[in-house]
Amino acid sequence: MTDSPRAKDGRAPDVFRRGGWVPMRCYKDEDEVDFAIVGTGAGGGTLACKLAEAGFSVVAFDAGPFWRPLEDFASDEYEQRKLFWLGERIVGGENPVQLGDNNSGQSVGGSTVHFQMVSLRIGPDRFKARSRLGYAVDWPVEPEEMWHYYDLTEDALKIAGPVDYPWGPPRRRYPYRQHEMNAAALVLARGCEALGIKWAATPLATISAPRGKSHPCVYRGFCKFGCSTNAKQSALVTWIPNAIKAGAEIRDLAMVGRIEVGRNGRVTSLHYHREGEWRRQRAKNIVVGGYAIETPRLLLNSACPQFPDGLANSSGLVGKFFMVQSNHAVYGTFDEEIRWYKAPPSLAVTEHWNYTQTGKDFPGGYAYMSQGPLAVEWADTMTGQRGLWGMELRNEMAKYNHQAGLKIVGEVLPQEKNRVELADQTDELGLRIPRVVFSYGEEDKKLYQHAIRFMSAALEAAGGKDIWSAEDTAHLGGTCRMGTDPKASVTNADGRCWDIPNLWICDGSLFPTVAGVNPSLTIQALAWRAGDRIRELARRGEL
Amino acid sequence: MSEVFHHRFPTYDVLDKWDSPSWNDQTRAVVKKRLEDVPERRFLTEGEWEILTAICDRLIPQPDRGNRPVPIVPFIDEKLHKNQGDGYRYDGMPPMREAWRQGIKAIDEEARTRWGGGFRDLPHNQQEAVLRAIQHNDTRSEVWQGLPPKQFFSSLLLRTTVSVYYAHPAAWSEIGFGGPASPRGYVRLGFDRRDSWEAEERHDG
Repeated sequence: MTDSPRAKDGRAPDVFRRGGWVPMRCYKDEDEVDFAIVGTGAGGGTLACKLAEAGFSVVAFDAGPFWRPLEDFASDEYEQRKLFWLGERIVGGENPVQLGDNNSGQSVGGSTVHFQMVSLRIGPDRFKARSRLGYAVDWPVEPEEMWHYYDLTEDALKIAGPVDYPWGPPRRRYPYRQHEMNAAALVLARGCEALGIKWAATPLATISAPRGKSHPCVYRGFCKFGCSTNAKQSALVTWIPNAIKAGAEIRDLAMVGRIEVGRNGRVTSLHYHREGEWRRQRAKNIVVGGYAIETPRLLLNSACPQFPDGLANSSGLVGKFFMVQSNHAVYGTFDEEIRWYKAPPSLAVTEHWNYTQTGKDFPGGYAYMSQGPLAVEWADTMTGQRGLWGMELRNEMAKYNHQAGLKIVGEVLPQEKNRVELADQTDELGLRIPRVVFSYGEEDKKLYQHAIRFMSAALEAAGGKDIWSAEDTAHLGGTCRMGTDPKASVTNADGRCWDIPNLWICDGSLFPTVAGVNPSLTIQALAWRAGDRIRELARRGEL
Repeated sequence: MSEVFHHRFPTYDVLDKWDSPSWNDQTRAVVKKRLEDVPERRFLTEGEWEILTAICDRLIPQPDRGNRPVPIVPFIDEKLHKNQGDGYRYDGMPPMREAWRQGIKAIDEEARTRWGGGFRDLPHNQQEAVLRAIQHNDTRSEVWQGLPPKQFFSSLLLRTTVSVYYAHPAAWSEIGFGGPASPRGYVRLGFDRRDSWEAEERHDG
């Protein structure tokens, strides 16, 4: 069903109707469009919408299929692996990162199709980590500006959250009311209250009241495997339909392999593989939004005589400062039935350790959230972390309904030696595959050790028994960091590459630091800002 | 190692919800295929298949299911036949297909080195001892050359076996997992709250 592209010949799938279509403007390969965008996730999807609405001609490419969630998404973990980027990547370093299901999407809508919808803001001081808190580097954008774009993005996605959010500067109430807490979330609440820190309903990008053709969340709990009711406000059901309505073309199942540079040193076109053949789209500007592995991979794979080390790489920093977020957890068994498979997995959060500087021995921050793994995921944790197998595993798994857990999104500091580079091996299209090298630094280890100690105490105070901890990572960042110095960064604050003025980057690769919150809201806010900046630059004739 | 499974949800079968609003057409299609269309052997040799079956019997023993165990090896074979990876490969590990071929052979050789017989021919306790040694990187056979034993055991063998098992409705039922839940979802979310379409736990007096 999804072996061949759906979005073509003047129409695209209607994500809100089984078998439905919407009209879509289509361009020819030889048309020199204003913007060709690689990737349609939180970065590329948002920007495609903003640029199309500003009147630019836009074609956005995605390596993955264009789903209709109502008919394509099963309630099944195994089947829904089709949402993940499962092409092979080599992982190395002292702490090789598990990729695939955990942090890479391959669909129109990108990873937002399977994200857990957690929509947190990076605290103002964290944008200025170097100058205000004395570690890592500053972002080249002002916190006030980012917080303005957070306001806009939260409203556009109708984030469901508390009336009063307990951390950071005052903000408006969230556009939609918060979700009901499940037992797993109430475990987090008990622990926080026992240890004297605040907690809140997690701001989530799944609606708590009807919106347009989307029904409110029914708490089926398969969020990480695609939302089959369209309650989730992913890029697939928000930015993408709006982009198409505004005149953008989306090309699904189109893998971009190389960006071509003209004699004037500007990019002229991109080479993409679709329907069994390589084709070439001309464009005045190219935006890369493939996330922190595919974006540097494409820039490095586009090396040419003018740029033998890859595009936009005069600083030598393309692929460098790769980051993840530590995702360590504690789990325990409870007398009560928890049944943590119900509702979005992370309904409750505490950002205490993002906003306090006392009682900690590391510079970064972390949030922690309640958990709700499904059967296969939970089995994977039990075997991967505790090495259980045999009848012991089956009997431990049978305690599933009495388990609860707490898990961090922890700030990993940027280190130049953590990187994405090209391996010698090629994929089925002949493109060199990425090699991802990662090792935790000392400050990173202090952070997650602190978190495990604190969360263990919280879980115990909440009534948990037989508590154990698990390590994991989540999310990606860095590899094309933005900055103010062309020698120390790949792009400026707008995502515009220092070396090639009509080449842009728009995704989590830009992050100079990842902070202790899930990245999707920030990527979308940054993409919105980039859209506004591009419109302004065009108005001034500076494109 | 204990060979007894303690049933907590003896009256619950997630398949009872097949025609209920908790299941939609696309989920029924996917699960029907898993139940009725068990893949034929296409990648492994007959010998490899039989050794792997004995290994999986120890990793996920199913004495309580008699002659109707949840099939595991057919789905591993399918994954290998289609060369469907997990999205990453550790530095120093061979490509997935080669790793499985070598790993199965090495486990069988490890059994011979330690106990003088192929893995299939050993009693359960000796099979378990072989697997536990491999899990802890304590190997003697030369066949492991180029394949880190612990890495193979954890990241490929155990992970894949367990993922296949817990993707089966019988496994969902035995742990009391709600299973497919679209479009109905759930209503009662708090401590000790259960919708009528969720598993009821047995509480022994």
